[in-house]
Amino acid sequence: MNRERHMLPVWFFIGVLLTLYGAIILATALSEMSHPPAIVLAKYHAGIWGGILLILIGGFYTLRFRPRSGEKKR
Amino acid sequence: MLFAAPSRMISLSLPDLLIIIFYFVMVLGIGLYLRSYANTSKDFFLAGREMSAWVAGLSFLSANMGALELMGWAAAAYQYGLLAAHFYWIAAFPSMVFLGLVMMPFYYISKTHSVPGYLQLRYGESTRALSGISFALMTILMSGINMYAMALVMKVVLGWNIHFSIWVSSLTVAVYVSLGGLFSAIFNEVLQFFLIWLGALIIPILGMLEVGGWSGLVVKIHERMHSNDYVHLWSTLGSFSGNPMGVHWTGILFGLGGVIAFGYWTTDFLVVQRAMAARDLRSAKMAPIIASYFKMMMPLIVILPGLLALAVLPFKLVPETAVQPGQYSYNEVLPLMLARYCGPGLLGLGVTALIAGFMSGMAGNVSAFATVWTYDIYQPYIRKFETDAHYVRVGRWCTILGVILSIATAYFVTQFKSIMDYMQALVSFFIAPLFGTVLLGMFWKRATPKAGFWGLLAGTLSSIAMYALVKANPAYLAIIALSPNAKDMAENLYRALWSWIICVLVTVIVSLFTTRKPADQLKGLVYGYTEIPSDRGLPFYQRPIFWGAGVAVFFAFLQWMFW
Repeated sequence: MNRERHMLPVWFFIGVLLTLYGAIILATALSEMSHPPAIVLAKYHAGIWGGILLILIGGFYTLRFRPRSGEKKR
Repeated sequence: MLFAAPSRMISLSLPDLLIIIFYFVMVLGIGLYLRSYANTSKDFFLAGREMSAWVAGLSFLSANMGALELMGWAAAAYQYGLLAAHFYWIAAFPSMVFLGLVMMPFYYISKTHSVPGYLQLRYGESTRALSGISFALMTILMSGINMYAMALVMKVVLGWNIHFSIWVSSLTVAVYVSLGGLFSAIFNEVLQFFLIWLGALIIPILGMLEVGGWSGLVVKIHERMHSNDYVHLWSTLGSFSGNPMGVHWTGILFGLGGVIAFGYWTTDFLVVQRAMAARDLRSAKMAPIIASYFKMMMPLIVILPGLLALAVLPFKLVPETAVQPGQYSYNEVLPLMLARYCGPGLLGLGVTALIAGFMSGMAGNVSAFATVWTYDIYQPYIRKFETDAHYVRVGRWCTILGVILSIATAYFVTQFKSIMDYMQALVSFFIAPLFGTVLLGMFWKRATPKAGFWGLLAGTLSSIAMYALVKANPAYLAIIALSPNAKDMAENLYRALWSWIICVLVTVIVSLFTTRKPADQLKGLVYGYTEIPSDRGLPFYQRPIFWGAGVAVFFAFLQWMFW
């Protein structure tokens, strides 16, 4: 039996971290909607779009590669 | 107008710090998780040879994205304009595809553990020893330089203590690589690949919105620099004096695209090790080809920010050696652009991308050092007949030793003024001649064991001698780089070219007068004596050559677009 089959894929770790980052960035950007930071092009609210994008990418990888009982993970 | 530079360029908020802390927790967690999977030498040094083409490919590229790659080339784009993109385009297309399609089969089929290991099989012990020792030295020097550069950036950008940055980042790398070996290094490199891209991508997106697209960028750069030389790839390379880099097209084509790029991508074990970890020959061939697509897209997050800075920053950056109080150096262009567009949270992601870049480069160097030291120095010359578990233990300790030596190097290089200069010098000393030795070994049956050793030694020593000559008397630059108008970058390109030519000439001449290896000892090592499995049974879209041809088309399009 191949041990590698029981190893969590790297994509799962990436998914978890990106989802976490997305949540932090989105929450921060939403909390600053009324008083945007002093940066160039603040009107585009890049934090909101960036946070959503990270949650979408991270969520996809987390769900797609999550550990499932009774299933080989590789 | 010059802005007064504060003691720190960027102030991080709580969300930014959380993002950085979670990154460190994740990489250490991955190392701990993979500890139980790295018990045999095959697992520890070659990640079990079970990586998919995508994982091996992204890791292959990520190991190269460390160093001063992000900061240094963004700075070079500010200084030289679009010419800096040559280091991503002509330095990627022919060489990475050549590695995948032509050279990888020899590395993979010979079942060697390392590039010096291949040289041992092809030429013999003396060439392996010379290559192994010089590679070990180079990786440690590179790793230390990376570490110092990162600490310096963190000090300038974030106001962090330089010793704190060096010790925290290097101990983290030591822990996760020594626990999980190449498994851990590769997993973290793929993670770092995502962070680098997602963290840096905001600059080109918002930057292009600010300047009004490519045409707006060209107009703004022309207004600021009063020259169009900054937005062309080839049209200004007809003479040394006609472009900001002070280089001729022959230097870019033959020195960079021919020798430096081929040498780096095809023989530097730091990157080749990742492709060797692939699960089968097709995946090993695909790994550098997949990496080459992303390498050619890297200018989006490295070169474009430098060009955007030329257009939008309200002050001028200066060379690192000429920074006065209140000024910023070229090397700070990327953090400056991050600070321009990123609010809390996104800023933390951008800074994490920089830290990830530096750590992936260091982990790559340290894991390659541990492999070469254990397999090519310790095993053949110090303790020959030990158990597999013994060599894994040595590999873990070598990782820690490599980090300690890197830290020592980091403190050593603080006395040098130009870091980039020494990095380029190391490549031309060790990588350019090595490419000559490996190339002749793979494709010329007549190359003899003695010739391999003397050619490599002559190439390395000649490169060091040329470097020393120019340091002693800068007038020699005009001779080595073929023009009185040549600048430092041209010297690096031509020095690499000459050292490769000297290596090849010496190898050929010595081969003609010494005894060659019998044919049966060259099977699986040399073109003509090696049966390479065909990809013809695969659908066309799964064949490496199909994707290699795609890189060629992509490359040609970019050259035409930015000529």
